[in-house]
Parts: sequence; structure tokens; C-alpha cells
Amino acid sequence: MKRKLTAARSLLWALAAVTVAGSAVAQSSSPEDEIAQYRAMFGDDNPAELWQTRGEALWKQPRGPKNVALAQVCDLGLGVGVAAGAYAQLPRYFSDTGQVQDLESRLVTCMVRGQGFTEPEAIQQHFGKGDAKSDLEALSAYLVAQSDGKPMHVPFDRPEERAAYELGKQVFFYRAGTHDFSCATCHSQTGKRIRLQILPNLTTAEGATAAYTTWPAYRISEGEFRTMEWRIQDCFRQQRLPQLKYLSPVAIALTEYLARNADGGVIKAPGLKR
Amino acid sequence: MPQRKFSLLLALATTLAACSALAKDKASPAAGPAAVKQALLASFEAKGQAGLDRLDQDETQALCSRDPDHPLSSDEVQKIVSANTAAIRYPADGRYLGDWREGEKIAQTGTGKQFSDDPAKPAGGNCYACHQLAKGEIAYGTLGPSLYRYGKLRGQGEAMLKYTWGKIYDAEASMPCSIMPRFGHKGILTEQQIRDVMALLFDPQSPVNQ
Repeated sequence: MKRKLTAARSLLWALAAVTVAGSAVAQSSSPEDEIAQYRAMFGDDNPAELWQTRGEALWKQPRGPKNVALAQVCDLGLGVGVAAGAYAQLPRYFSDTGQVQDLESRLVTCMVRGQGFTEPEAIQQHFGKGDAKSDLEALSAYLVAQSDGKPMHVPFDRPEERAAYELGKQVFFYRAGTHDFSCATCHSQTGKRIRLQILPNLTTAEGATAAYTTWPAYRISEGEFRTMEWRIQDCFRQQRLPQLKYLSPVAIALTEYLARNADGGVIKAPGLKR
Repeated sequence: MPQRKFSLLLALATTLAACSALAKDKASPAAGPAAVKQALLASFEAKGQAGLDRLDQDETQALCSRDPDHPLSSDEVQKIVSANTAAIRYPADGRYLGDWREGEKIAQTGTGKQFSDDPAKPAGGNCYACHQLAKGEIAYGTLGPSLYRYGKLRGQGEAMLKYTWGKIYDAEASMPCSIMPRFGHKGILTEQQIRDVMALLFDPQSPVNQ
């Protein structure tokens, strides 16, 4: 049964967000406990549903200069128009572009080649901010939900996929910047925290699975739905490095590294995060 | 004759080496340092105070970027220790301790040096992100050891003050590939800010020592 988020529910979520933000400072229980409480309170509801609904329309409606629907022209790896389970098998190598692509870069390919948008048009608002909503975040929410509950099978036969993994691994351990940080600084030990936030060990199958399968996610602190591309570039900001470019080789290589480390895990997304 | 035999062996060895290199490539294509740097430069753009020069590595960063399958040799460890020991600047006036109240603020502040931060404002130390310090602050991280009662347990001897100053200034000198930022050497904290953080650790009045 399809659930629509009512206005009342949206209001409750807004209140929950404020309460989580406030209580995280005041109480000793961990942010994970707080979020778990709200999850329990709202059952299976997740504000990401608002993005999913919009994304479904963006996937199915004819759009762009060519006036065709992505559902008619977009191959996410399992065949043209196949949405079910496609996200659980990404990133992967696509022979028509000659590149390893994650969900977002593949969607941009489809919007450009299939619908006739220019690339700048396709990515102009790739991360939403308030009223300026992102089509790519909405499409991601819908397509990720089509893989919810499916085990990950990230293809790894092609040399390009192996090369992306190896590059992702090297970048994961690359220390630089004013603070000498790498991804590994925070994400290569198990059971550690920053302040009260538990850090997943992304070098292990268990840690990578826990993190990767619960992204993309609705972030309560921001009131936005966020993708893996967003998550990775915000880590680099905190690492004191420059801006990671959207759909860049490093963004996709790191996604490949994380996805392969999480391979076999069951997608539980869109998730719900602090 | 022996010479010829040797050439043949050499040719065979070379072929075998080439084959095994190829096989290794297939298993896990090499991403050498030059290829990694090229990918990084293609993937980032300068923003705010964070220029592309932040992707450059000094020798310590490069050596400490090895994945766990490629540990450092003892020579490489010694290189890190020497370079970072030489980088430490002790306070010229010999004053190691400032104001613990300022130190507590620095320990609580997580901003500084990000492209989203105001470069005109002083950077924080963000000590609580990784360390327990004052007992009253329960939102502390665990990537670093607890520093609760740091001064009370160690006293204020000259050697201990100097060691601790060095640890904050450049932790790679005493612990190669430590994940702690080099607050002095990399210009994150000023000399006075380090004095204030030192006071947070050592001052008997500091909440760290209660």
C-alpha cells in the first residue's frame, strides 16, 4: 500500500527534528538512541517519501527537449526502464559511456542523452537547499526505494570497476590538508566516536554495510534528503580539503570502494539520519 | 656457454615477471601515487580558503597514506620522527601555560580551516571531538585517549610540559602516523592558543583536573 505523507505528519517531523537537535545537546543518550526513538514513534514513515513521490513523477513523466520519460530511455544497468533492484547493482561499468558510474552520474547521462538536457541543466541544482529542490535527489530517492530490501550485487568483473575500487581505496587512505586527515582517520577503527556520533569502520564488511545500505537518507538536522555524493563531499569539507566536484572520478571511485566493501548487504534505504 | 644459459634464464625471468605483473594488474589494477594525484586534481575545485594546494602532501602525509597492507619500514618511520621533531617550535619566552578558560573554548570549537569557515576567525582545536577532558563535558569522542586529570596525574615538571607542548605542536614527532593534527606545525593554532590548551591540561584550577 502506498503511503502519502500528510501535512500533519510533516509537522510532526518538523517538531521531531527540533527536539532531536535540542536533546542531543542536553541529554546523555546517544544521537542513535534519539533517532531510534523517533523511528519507533513514526513506524515505517520517513520524510524521504516526499522526495520519492516527486522522483517517481520525474522518472515516469515525459520531460526535456526530447519530451520522453526516463522510464522509456534510461538503462541503469538492468535494461532500459528497469528501476527495480538497479540501485543494488551500482556502481557499474557502462559500455555506452565507457565509464564506471554511480546512480547520480548515470541519471545525468540519461537526462542528457535520453531527454536532451544539457549537462549544466541536468546538474544545476544537484543538492537541494530549502525551496530550491533537486530533481536528482528526488530521482535518487525513488530509485533507491526500488532496491529497498534487495541484496547488493556490485559487479566487479571489468578492469574499469577494479581500477575504480583501487583508486577509491588509495583516496580513502590519502592524508592531506591542514589537519592531515584522510577518510581512514575517522573510518578505519571499530567502535569509536566523534563527540557522541558513532563512526562506522568502512574498511570492514560490517561497517561498510551498516553505512552504505542506509544511504541515501533523509537528514533530520538539515530537513533534506541527501545522496551518497552529498555525504562524501561533506566529509571532504570536514577534512579541510577543497570542494569535491559532483560526479567526479574520486566521488565515484570512493562510492565503488564503499559499495564493494558492503557487497552482499541488504539495502535499507532511503535511510533516516541525524 | 654459461653466459648464454644465463641470458636465457634472464629472458625467462623477465617474461615471468611481466606475466605475474600482468596477472597482478588484473587482480587489482595499480593506482600509483601519480595517478591518484591526477585523479584528485581532476576531482576537486578550490573553494573559500581551501585551495587545490591542500591536495599536496608533505613527506609525512605521503608515508602515512599507505594502506594497512603496506606498512612502513623502520627507515621511513625514522624519517617521519626526524622531520617532525625538527618542526617543533617551543615558546621563545619559556612560558608553556596560558589561560585554561580560553583553552576550554578552543577545545570546544570545531570550526576552522574548512572552506565553509570564516578565515578571519581563529581556528578551534576541537579536542573534545576525540578526547575526554573536563568531566562535565559528556559529549566527547573516543578516537584519542582520555585526558581527564591530565595534569593532576603527571604534575608540571619541565620535561612533561615540553613533551606535551610537542605533542600538541606536532604529534608525528613522538608517534609516527598518529591521527592527531599537527596543530602548531600546520598553523592551525597560534602559540598563544597552544599555551591556553596547555593550561586546560595542566592548571590545577582547570576542570580537567577536578
